[in-house]
Amino acid sequence: MSLPKASELPIGAVIPEPGSTRRNKTAGWRTLKPVIHDDRCVRCQLCWLYCPEGTIVEIKGVFKVNGKTYDTKYEINYDYCKGCGICANECPTKAIEMVPEAP
Amino acid sequence: MMQKTKLVEALTGNYAAAYAVKASDVDVIAVYPITPQTTIVEKLSEFVANGELNAELIHVESEHSALSAVVGASAAGARVFTATSSQGLELAHEILHIASAMRLPIVMAVPARALSAPISIHNDYGDVMNAKDTGWIIYIAASAQEVYDTIIQAYRVAETANLPAMVAYDGFLMSHTVEPVELNDEEEVRKFLPRPLRPYTLNPKRPVTMGPLASPDWYYEFKYQQATALREAYKVVKEVDALYGEKFGRSYGVVETYRMEDADYAIVTYGGAAYGNAKAAADMARERGIAAGVVRIRLYRPFPTMDVLRALEGVKAFAVLDRAIMFGSPAEGPLYKDIATVMFMHGVDKPAVNIIHGIGQRTMYVEDMYKIYTMLKERPSKEVVFMGVRI
Repeated sequence: MSLPKASELPIGAVIPEPGSTRRNKTAGWRTLKPVIHDDRCVRCQLCWLYCPEGTIVEIKGVFKVNGKTYDTKYEINYDYCKGCGICANECPTKAIEMVPEAP
Repeated sequence: MMQKTKLVEALTGNYAAAYAVKASDVDVIAVYPITPQTTIVEKLSEFVANGELNAELIHVESEHSALSAVVGASAAGARVFTATSSQGLELAHEILHIASAMRLPIVMAVPARALSAPISIHNDYGDVMNAKDTGWIIYIAASAQEVYDTIIQAYRVAETANLPAMVAYDGFLMSHTVEPVELNDEEEVRKFLPRPLRPYTLNPKRPVTMGPLASPDWYYEFKYQQATALREAYKVVKEVDALYGEKFGRSYGVVETYRMEDADYAIVTYGGAAYGNAKAAADMARERGIAAGVVRIRLYRPFPTMDVLRALEGVKAFAVLDRAIMFGSPAEGPLYKDIATVMFMHGVDKPAVNIIHGIGQRTMYVEDMYKIYTMLKERPSKEVVFMGVRI
């Protein structure tokens, strides 16, 4: 991704258009990426509850995993996840693994 | 065109500042008292109360708030003013960086005063020198007339360069002493200060975000922009000074020299008391056969590198008289360090002594300054000399 040069930016770090955070992805500083291993997930919802950025997404549906049927599944919104690792730390079944980002 | 009738008033440095702010048709003034700045804002509140100046005068609870209030007003597009000294400037320090990085054309007067502890209400440049690297344009004036002229110039410069400007001068020695000051026709000042369209202002019809967070991908670019803008403001300062000279008949340049044409030895300094006494000492030295001169730094930031190099080109040795102490520095004088950098970067190597004097308004005698010239002639060196202190 090529970002604008200093000479191309508005002065004083002004953001000249409203609502720009809607398209401003804030995951840029993530160095470790949480990966959910769905086969180990018991749907306790703790990751969803603890995530400070609300980037754990709860998906409704019918999911068959290891012979069990669940009505939810968890995924991560990598556009906004900063990689803090709180989800992995809280997960009681160690279903979330922190994987280094590709440089 | 120069104005024909002259209006001359006997004014203190502080009143000269207040008259310049009135002439500049300022919209918002944030006031908080601190010696020796207080009489500026006292005079301004008088102007506002009398209806002579149509401005919003905000009483705030601290200098941090004073500068914050004018940051907000300036962001909304107003022409603003505030003033402070010493501990007040220290308390506002955090906002100094914010004002310059947000590129707001604030003008602030700073009658310079020593820093605590121990408490001193008297003059030195400890406060201003602590603020010198905060991204502001910094002028140091040497007369009440220059305070008046520089504040008016500072508005034009600040609004052209989109940077804040500080106009400093000797606390008490200039802020509370009376000099004749020629005042401009206020209509002419207002013509000299058109209100240029600002790149961004807070306006509900055109919403923008000011002061956001910048992640490591963005922050450096904005700081580079800011560093470049301050370097480039040098040209603006020179142009505005020349335009002001054409219109009002007084200009100063960025560096002022006295008897430097054929000088062998020079004192480089700033502020009214040091400059005035150094000039008297140069006269005395010349009467006694030493080709002495004085260089005064009027524009401290952005630093007038080439002007200083040119001014000192012909001297055999020079002294930098600093009125502030940068504790633990390789040399304790802030101006000395800047000039040493200039000389080093341009391959100039000559004896240059750093004189520290006038700390907490310790009297700097003309005789002291004369001694500096004899020191330069008899034993030129590179050292720091604390002068006028009992050791």
